[in-house]
Amino acid sequence: MQEGKPYKAKDYDVIVVGAGHAGCEAALAAARMGNKTLLMTINLEMVAFMPCNPSVGGPAKGTVVREIDALGGEMGKNIDKTYIQMRMLNTSKGPAVRALRAQADKRQYSIEMKHTLEEEPNLTLRQGMVDDLIVEDGKVTGVVSSTGAHYGAKAVVLTTGTSARGRIIIGELMYSSGPNNSQPALELTKNLEEKYGFDIVRFKTGTPPRVDGNTIHYDETEEQPGDEDVNHFSFESSDDEYLPVKDQLSCWLTYTNEKVHQIIRDNLDRAPMFTGVIEGVGPRYCPSIEDKVVRFADKDRHQLFLEPEGRTTDEYYVDGLSTSLPEEVQLQMLHNIKGLEDVEMMRPGYAIEYDVVSPYQLRPTLETKKIRGLYTAGQINGTSGYEEAAGQGLIAGINAGRYALGKDQIVLKRSDAYIGVLVDDLVTKGTNEPYRLLTSRAEYRLILRHDNADLRLTELGHQIGLISDERYAKFEQKKADIENEKQRLESIRIKPNPEIDAYLEAHGDRPLKDGVLASDMLRRPYMTYKDLLQFIPAPDHPLDRRVIEQIEIQYKYAGYIKKAEEKVEKLHRMEAKKIPEKIDYSAIDGLATEAVEKLSKIQPETLAQASRISGVNPADISILAVYIQQGKIKKID
Amino acid sequence: MVEEVTEYDTIAAISTPPGEGAISIVRLSGDDALPIIMKLFKGKDLTKVPTHTINYGHIINPQTGEMVDEVMVTVMRAPKTYTREDIVEINCHGGIVPTNKILQLLLTYGARMANPGEFTERAFLHGRIDLTQAESVLDIIEAKTDRSAQLALNHLGGSLAKLIRALREEILDTLSKVEVNIDYPEYDGTEMITTKLLKERTVEVRKKIRKLLETAQGGKILREGLATAIVGRPNVGKSSLLNYLLHEDKAIVTDVAGTTRDVIEEYVNIKGIPLKLIDTAGIRETEDKVEKIGVERSRKAINQGDLVILVLNASEPLTEEDRQLIDLTKDKQRIVIMNKIDLPMQIEMAEVEELVGKENIIRTSIKNAQGVDELESRIKEMFADGIESSQNEVIINNARHVALLNKASNSLDAVLTGIENGMPVDLCQTDLRDAWEYLGEITGDSYKDELLDELFSKFCLGK
Repeated sequence: MQEGKPYKAKDYDVIVVGAGHAGCEAALAAARMGNKTLLMTINLEMVAFMPCNPSVGGPAKGTVVREIDALGGEMGKNIDKTYIQMRMLNTSKGPAVRALRAQADKRQYSIEMKHTLEEEPNLTLRQGMVDDLIVEDGKVTGVVSSTGAHYGAKAVVLTTGTSARGRIIIGELMYSSGPNNSQPALELTKNLEEKYGFDIVRFKTGTPPRVDGNTIHYDETEEQPGDEDVNHFSFESSDDEYLPVKDQLSCWLTYTNEKVHQIIRDNLDRAPMFTGVIEGVGPRYCPSIEDKVVRFADKDRHQLFLEPEGRTTDEYYVDGLSTSLPEEVQLQMLHNIKGLEDVEMMRPGYAIEYDVVSPYQLRPTLETKKIRGLYTAGQINGTSGYEEAAGQGLIAGINAGRYALGKDQIVLKRSDAYIGVLVDDLVTKGTNEPYRLLTSRAEYRLILRHDNADLRLTELGHQIGLISDERYAKFEQKKADIENEKQRLESIRIKPNPEIDAYLEAHGDRPLKDGVLASDMLRRPYMTYKDLLQFIPAPDHPLDRRVIEQIEIQYKYAGYIKKAEEKVEKLHRMEAKKIPEKIDYSAIDGLATEAVEKLSKIQPETLAQASRISGVNPADISILAVYIQQGKIKKID
Repeated sequence: MVEEVTEYDTIAAISTPPGEGAISIVRLSGDDALPIIMKLFKGKDLTKVPTHTINYGHIINPQTGEMVDEVMVTVMRAPKTYTREDIVEINCHGGIVPTNKILQLLLTYGARMANPGEFTERAFLHGRIDLTQAESVLDIIEAKTDRSAQLALNHLGGSLAKLIRALREEILDTLSKVEVNIDYPEYDGTEMITTKLLKERTVEVRKKIRKLLETAQGGKILREGLATAIVGRPNVGKSSLLNYLLHEDKAIVTDVAGTTRDVIEEYVNIKGIPLKLIDTAGIRETEDKVEKIGVERSRKAINQGDLVILVLNASEPLTEEDRQLIDLTKDKQRIVIMNKIDLPMQIEMAEVEELVGKENIIRTSIKNAQGVDELESRIKEMFADGIESSQNEVIINNARHVALLNKASNSLDAVLTGIENGMPVDLCQTDLRDAWEYLGEITGDSYKDELLDELFSKFCLGK
């Protein structure tokens, strides 16, 4: 490629490279904090583009969206404006694992986000490709575009997604490309690797074929409608705006079968996953159909969800059929699936390989250790998923913005947010496959609920300057409502009476002997706040459903919540033990060789983080603690 | 959750050399030293006594109310102590048994077993001693590094480690299914773990842990004998069994003079396992008088027994009493003797097998000394492991294991309480996960990503 002739372009405080889900959050956060911000992306039609499934949320991910919202990010608001179906998952389980998921109108989602970016006063949105960084004295000072523009910047955030040296593979077909046949970025990560010495690895992900909805036999599939019950992602969305189910679009469930599996087995010699063509590591969390059929040979069918891609299109996403088999084989597979016998394929599925900056090279602030002021977020850090990307984008944007403003950095702890778990896992443990958040990754899952994301993080969002005073006042009101009502319930005693006894008996419980506090009554598993109001006076003003939900959860699960909080307390004491920067671990007597190697690589910032590194054992931590306490640590200069 | 770093917690250890000294000292150091001792101490409120005082009282097992030992407790408050933390020293009667028991209780109620040299390490960390003094501490820590790597394999009797790993596998299987249900709610490839199912599995694991705790207490068996109850309705052959067991060459001469007991106990040695036979008088009485069996009396013996030998008469159909006894002993370590097989068989064999498990039945004709050898071998099989490991193990580790097993068992209790209280499955499972992690601490298998690996190797997940 021939580059443009160099010229000096404008200076910015923060430059964000890539306008996917990470980039949009990063740019908005930096700009809203008062930084003059440039957002560069290869194709302006692909702002906040969803190259894979048309949905946002789900277990753990849905909580991340609420956390982003509480910190003043955009994803929650944007999906609330553009969803076509809303569904609460895990309703039969406890509050900690309930999860909201929306089907998105892809095009609308992108348009809304682009418009929000355009309306942001401090933000410039520009089409263009960044080829290189400008680095002086170990600090980033700008970027160079393929057109030759030299932009100055105090901080830079890279969110290159799958564009970084992307390569699409469909059977025998292979070509250099970004997501959905967009132009790939060939220079930037090459420079990171060759010029700046970053450790770059290759990951792989994939997407299923899309089909024409007019050619699906819906009556042969099972309908999966949305929820009647009102729910939104953002604190700011109003219940009145919730779409009734009749205005939502359904998804449709069908299955693969033995015949489809046979087609796959017959064509494994043409599957890039198995012929060695694909070198990148693929996610266990998101396996291709050929992978599933080979690894789980005893399963005679796999679920497939047909998901609409929007209101103004008939394209359907075949969730569960991610594949890089040849187009011809994809067609055969589709035509042997119940309900898809006559389907027209609109786009084939494909696998895509891309560059990842191994995340051990990052601080928990998402700044790179090598170059000051340079931040990375999203797939470039080895994650998978729009929500994971957005969460990191927000943190990187906040910290890049604060760095440019000369303020200290923000780190979310594992006990603060799923975003904290995500970032800590990445920078402490690294990942050798695309990383997806799961509730089981969070040891404090009971505290990291989606219903209390606002209670956990709004305060911080307000301090950072991303939550408006107006919203903060509303939040304070919600908190006060919760506390006042709890106090009231703890002051009302329900005396034995025929009504309550009848109610208790109906739920298989014994009648009251003595008076019981209303709050204690609410702890009983079958008792709801609504039912409770039959036996006690109503509060002076009707309470919001989210206030009621909070009160119920806080009483019903108090014992478990308390236990979890005690564990968090322990963690916090260890997090308070900071490890000085750039320690020469090899100069510390008594550390095991493996510990020296791992500690030098990760350079943990606290003793707690050090203790989570695999291969570092408690004895090493004790020794480290001794040295830190003594202050006799040798540093690398 | 396993404590990730253990710097600030309260530690405990026996600080006198092991053996039969007149007095042993168990030492506690840390912020919670006083709150922990107060959970076990009966006497003055130690949180209120002046610092550096010695206080008389008793150590009580809070769970059973049993008095463990008469003790003098020294209270020393921070900062004027060796570690500059609150220190409590329990002076108890020498001997492994009470000392170890007290240590176990401290570990069960919130203290952590101190690592070698850890009291000194803390003294150093808090600036009480200087670096030269502390260098020896570093040496000790260093030595520990090598050891901890091999902890799992070397320190445990192979069979115990195997057992614990099997238990962890069992729990992990349930955990991973619950996790799949949560993270992939629409995935149809695995059974839905309901609270009912969770309960069944928890009960199953808890039973095994309790059994393990019993066998892990092999030391106790050696010292006190394996409390054995022989029960059965009249005329099934209890006295013949008793007489066989008490046959001269097996009888142990024990000095029990001066003790008064509700029931008379006699000791026998079965293939190296000392058995303490409970209520032998009762057995004789009921046999002699052919009176209606005192179920109450049986119940009492059953409760006290570590092992219950239930005798049934194979030459008669099952009676109501038999069924009652089968039910009463169902949670016990039990051997069912099908006696009088020299006579024509009348008993409903299939029903008994179903009720007690075929493998727990031994057919005998005690009169003809038939099957008794098998009985002896079975007893040895059931308890020899525990006794052997108790002989081979370092006392201190033993206490740690027992404490961890107790913690695991308590976590499993919490699972069941949660289910009782109608809590959802994902909350109850947090306690199950705790149990899993406690067991992992015993074997040293604390690889945190085990669960995720299990998830993705077993289930076909994802889009």
